[in-house]
Formats: sequence, structure tokens, C-alpha cells
Amino acid sequence: MNSRLAINRLKDRKPDDAAVDRFLARHQAPIVEQDRCTFLWRGEADDVRLVHRIVGLPDAIPLRRVWGTDLWYLVLELPAGSRLNYQLEVRRGEHHERMNDPLNPKLSYSPVGTSSVCFADGYTTPDWTEPDPEARPGELADIVVTSRALRRDQRITLYLPARFRRATDYPLLVVHDGGDFLQYAAAKTVLDNLIHRLDLAEVIVAFLHPKDRLTEYANSTAHARFLTAELLPRLEAELPLVIRRSGRCLMGSSFGAVATLSAAYRAPLVYGSLILMSGSFVFTDVGAADHGGGPAFDPVVTFVNRYRARPRRVADRLFVSCGVFEPLIVRNRSMVPTFEAAGMTVRYVETPDGHNWENWRDTLRDGLCWIYPGPQKWVYE
Amino acid sequence: MPRVIVLGPQRRITLDAVIRGLHDIEAVATVTAGWRERESDDAELNQVLGGRAVNLRLYARWQDVLERDPEYAAAEREHRSALDEAQELYRLQLAGVLDALAEVSRHGATADRIRENAIADARDVVRLVDQRHEARIALAREEFAATWKPAGRSVPAEHRAAVAELLRRTNALVVSGGHVGVLLHVLRLFALPAPATVIAWSAGAMALTERVLLFSDKIPHDPGHAEFAGPGLGWLTGCVLLPHARRRLHTADPVRMAELAVRTAPDRCVVLDDGVRLEWPEGGPALPGGARIVLDDGRIGEPAVVAS
Repeated sequence: MNSRLAINRLKDRKPDDAAVDRFLARHQAPIVEQDRCTFLWRGEADDVRLVHRIVGLPDAIPLRRVWGTDLWYLVLELPAGSRLNYQLEVRRGEHHERMNDPLNPKLSYSPVGTSSVCFADGYTTPDWTEPDPEARPGELADIVVTSRALRRDQRITLYLPARFRRATDYPLLVVHDGGDFLQYAAAKTVLDNLIHRLDLAEVIVAFLHPKDRLTEYANSTAHARFLTAELLPRLEAELPLVIRRSGRCLMGSSFGAVATLSAAYRAPLVYGSLILMSGSFVFTDVGAADHGGGPAFDPVVTFVNRYRARPRRVADRLFVSCGVFEPLIVRNRSMVPTFEAAGMTVRYVETPDGHNWENWRDTLRDGLCWIYPGPQKWVYE
Repeated sequence: MPRVIVLGPQRRITLDAVIRGLHDIEAVATVTAGWRERESDDAELNQVLGGRAVNLRLYARWQDVLERDPEYAAAEREHRSALDEAQELYRLQLAGVLDALAEVSRHGATADRIRENAIADARDVVRLVDQRHEARIALAREEFAATWKPAGRSVPAEHRAAVAELLRRTNALVVSGGHVGVLLHVLRLFALPAPATVIAWSAGAMALTERVLLFSDKIPHDPGHAEFAGPGLGWLTGCVLLPHARRRLHTADPVRMAELAVRTAPDRCVVLDDGVRLEWPEGGPALPGGARIVLDDGRIGEPAVVAS
């Protein structure tokens, strides 16, 4: 099998620089051949490594040099349909440089910057994440909620679906890291498209913008009080919302998932559903053990340990997802039986992806449409 | 009972040929409320009907009622919320009893008779859940109508009178597809009387029956449990209609299909795929010739002729 890879065919030819030029002109890096992805870098260096966050593999995997050339390569086996965010680290003497892959134009975006992304065989960006001219757009509008709990004004971006009518009651979705979901997970486009396709019920969405997320989202009483005692009553007073818990859903990813769970924990059965993506549910089986997450995770670990010791039904339905490349995959898998034991209906989805916004974007349809299914069953054209 | 003509989905238009064959029809009233905000996008339909269609604009009238009669609008919101919640709870119940039925059906009981008895009991439970839900929805709707009496409120009454006047000038009604819940609601709100002839397809046809069954095996993230939505207008009896059956159902799965037949019995599940034309001279209950139904064994075919 290996002998058929493009890189191996090149090596067999004992290439010179011109052959490498032609090779790179002919192939788009990384070269995806079934389940093998060949990563490439060209230049003079002492060491080149692929830096990634696939759990179970070394954090930095060295590339090898094609003998007699300045071409470096690494063949990785990646599961069908997966996506891998990565960078390259190049060392020249004592000088280390971390960079996106200059041979790969595909980038993944996040609040902390960009990284290169490899689409393994079978991965395609879902069409419902791309703007659809047929889908009537909903509207975004900002409101400000003065919060005594947070001791500040909290900006909220509201999404109202197309054809919004005051005579209709809408379910509510509250999204942690709302600005990032809008910017990096195409949340508005996804909502517009899924509603247009009748996959998702018409829904009102409140996108939150945290000020200090590592504090507010790490099991903060103030944040939970803001959500349940300040934001929810205001939204329910001002908007035509379904006033029962099956019409209330909290959502978050990473630390936002912790904030989601902890807010629901403090207001059991106020929220009917939770969407927990790649939750940072770090725990220790032995209380004093080192959890490895650093000080920011201390309150998270305290909360998750307490929850695992005494699981409580905090909502009716939980959508839980995690990428199989994520270090958090084991934590999330471990939480599923804990949630189920507390009497909640859990839908658990694993994705061939990592801890990134495109993963959460691609998982939105699974989560949203399970929580608030659209009217497809009612429509017969 | 009116003469009811039910057509297959109109992606492939057959309505024009049907209309041409009905020589007693002069002017046609149309209901396209199932299209909701697109209700007025009916130019193509009007053309198919030879330019003699009068759209009753029931969706727009409903929106007008909600806007001009806030007290009624608030009551209707509350009523709809209660119906939605009842449907949610019914869905939960269904998931449980259908899972139990599936589990019992798979169970490797050593004696067939023991297993068959258990399956029969599980089916009875499913049917009980269905019947209770249908009865509760029907009761809730009756109570709402009795309490809020749209006929006695000025705005709905004004629209009812206008609709009645339009209907007087026509001698047939055409009901298109779309959202079956919206269709049923507006047809009731404006109290459409049964006309001499009704032609309907998809959701429009479903709304004419006694029992409306919602179904789709092909919705992502949905367990695919068919669910009753409550009573229809009852202009068509003895059958439950399944438009787009081949697109929406796993029709090659006889176990799955037989479940539908069991749940709707004694009414028959009539399959309405492309090109179908069925005519009930007086609304049923006898099935017209050419009707294809879901048989007890889950196959789709013509009903067996029962010797008298």
C-alpha cells in the first residue's frame, strides 16, 4: 500500500530539485490518499515537526527529509471523514518557528488565531453551513442587560428567525461564547439554513458575550444567577417565548459547556435541554490528584467531582458531543453514564475532529435538530 | 359528504387534466394556506385552474384575526401551547411503547404463542396511547371552540362571512399541500362548509380525513415514529392518507410498514404517490378502485376484495 503513495513514488525516483518542483506543482498539500495524509514542507532546517492535538499521538511528530532534497514529509493515517488542525514547527539551530503550513491554503479560524487544517478522505464542509440564497435570513440585534449578579452590563445578541411574529411562541436557545459561535461556527447561517430546510424549529437565540470567560464559565454562581434570575425573566417578559422548560435550552462548548451544566445544576429543571459540546469536564477520581489543567480548572474540577459524586437531574435531555481527537474525549465519554444515571435522556455523538470551532459548527445540526426538531413531519407539499 | 378527489403530490402536475375532465365545475375556490407566508404565490395554480380560481386567503385572514383581536390571539397562543405540550408528551409515550413493541417482537421466546400474545398486548398499548391522544386533542379543540366561539367574535365572524360569500360563487374547492396543522386550523377557524366537490393533495388531502397521521422515516435525528395529530375535517372517512409515501417512508421495510397498518386499523393507510388519482363519490368509507394501501403484512398493494 505504502509503495503506491505519491511521496513513495517520488522517493523511488531519487528526485532532484526540479522533480520536487514538479511534484509540488502537481499535488495539493497535504496529499490525501484514502486514509493516508502526507504532510509536506520544503526548505532548509534542522528539524521539522507537525504540531497537533490528537490525543494518543505525540504532540509534535517529526517530518522526514527526502534524501538529497529540501523536501520534508510525514505520512499520517487519518480516519475517513475527519479533519485535523495542525501547524508546523521548524527548527534551525536554536531558533524555533511555529507556522501554518505554507503549502496548504486551508485555514481554521478561532479567537486565538488560525491554524492549518487537513480534510481527510471523505470530509466535506456541510452545505448547511454555507450561505444559501434560498434561505430567508433571520435578524440579529443587540440588547444590553444590566446585571446585578455580574455587576456589569451584559451585551446579548438576539437572533430572531425570518418571518418572526409576535403571535407565535418560540423556543429559546441561550448560547455561551455567542460571539465566537457567530464568528467562527457560522451560527447565523446554520440557523437560517436549518430553519429554511424545516430541520430546525423556528427559534429565538440569545448569544452571550462573556467578559472574563475563564472565571464566568468555570462554575460561577454569578453567571448562573445572571442566566436564570436576570436574563431568562427578561427575555420571557419581552419576547414571545414558550414558557415551559421544554422550550428552554442552554448550549456551550469547552468551558461554555461547563457554564451550561453548572447553570442548569443551580436551577434544576428550569431548562429542558442542554447542548454540551467538547465539555471541559475535567475531574479527578482521587480528589487531590493533579488534574493537569492548571489553576483555571480548579473550580471546574471541584464542580465536576461533586457532580460525579452526586449526579443530579438538571434537565430532561442532554446532547453531548466530543471530537475523538480531543484530549477531553475520555472525560466526555465518562460523563455520559453519569448523566444517564441521573435520569436524563442523553444523545451522545463523537466526531472525527478536534477541539475547534469547525467541529462545533459541524455538530450544530445534530444538536439543534434533536433538541428543537423542525416541522418536517407537518409539511407535505 | 362532498365528492372528494385526492391526487398524488403535484410536483408532477395532474390537476389540470382532472379539472378538464370535470365538466360541472365553473368556478373554483382555492385554499393555499398550507403554504403559509407563500399563500399568495398561487399564480401557477390559478393558471392550471384555467384562471377561474378564487383564493380564500385563509392564512392572511388568520393573521388578520390575530392582529385585530388580541384577546383571541392570546387565547389561541395558550391553546396552541397546550396542544404542543400534549404532542410532546404523546411523543415521549410513543417512544416508550414503540420501543417496547420492537423489543418484544425481537425477543427470542421459545414458544411462538407466548411471544405473539406479548406482541398483541404491546400493540394494544400503542393503540391505546394513540387513541387517548387523539381523543384529548379533539376534546381540547372542542373546548377551545366552545369557550372562544370564533363565530361570535367580530373579526373572525367578518372573515367567515367573506369566505362564505366567496364560496357561494364557486362550486368546487381545491386544497393544496403544505403545513397540515396550519391548514386544519384555518379550515376550522373559518368554518368552511363541505362543498359539492373537493380536490386536494398532500397536506390538503390529509386535512379532509377523520384522522391525521404525521409520518417520516427520513428526518435526521428523529426516531421516525409516526404520530397522530388529532382529527381532521372528516369529509373523507375510513382512511388515513400517506402522501409522498415512497419519499418519506422506508416502504421496503414490511415490519415498519405493518406497524402503520396496525396503528391505523380499522382505517386503511392509503398511499398517495406521484400520479395517483382517487375519487370518493361521497367521501367514503369504501375505498375507490385503484387505491393502494399498506397491507397487514406491511407490503403496499390493493386491498383484498372481501366477499359479502
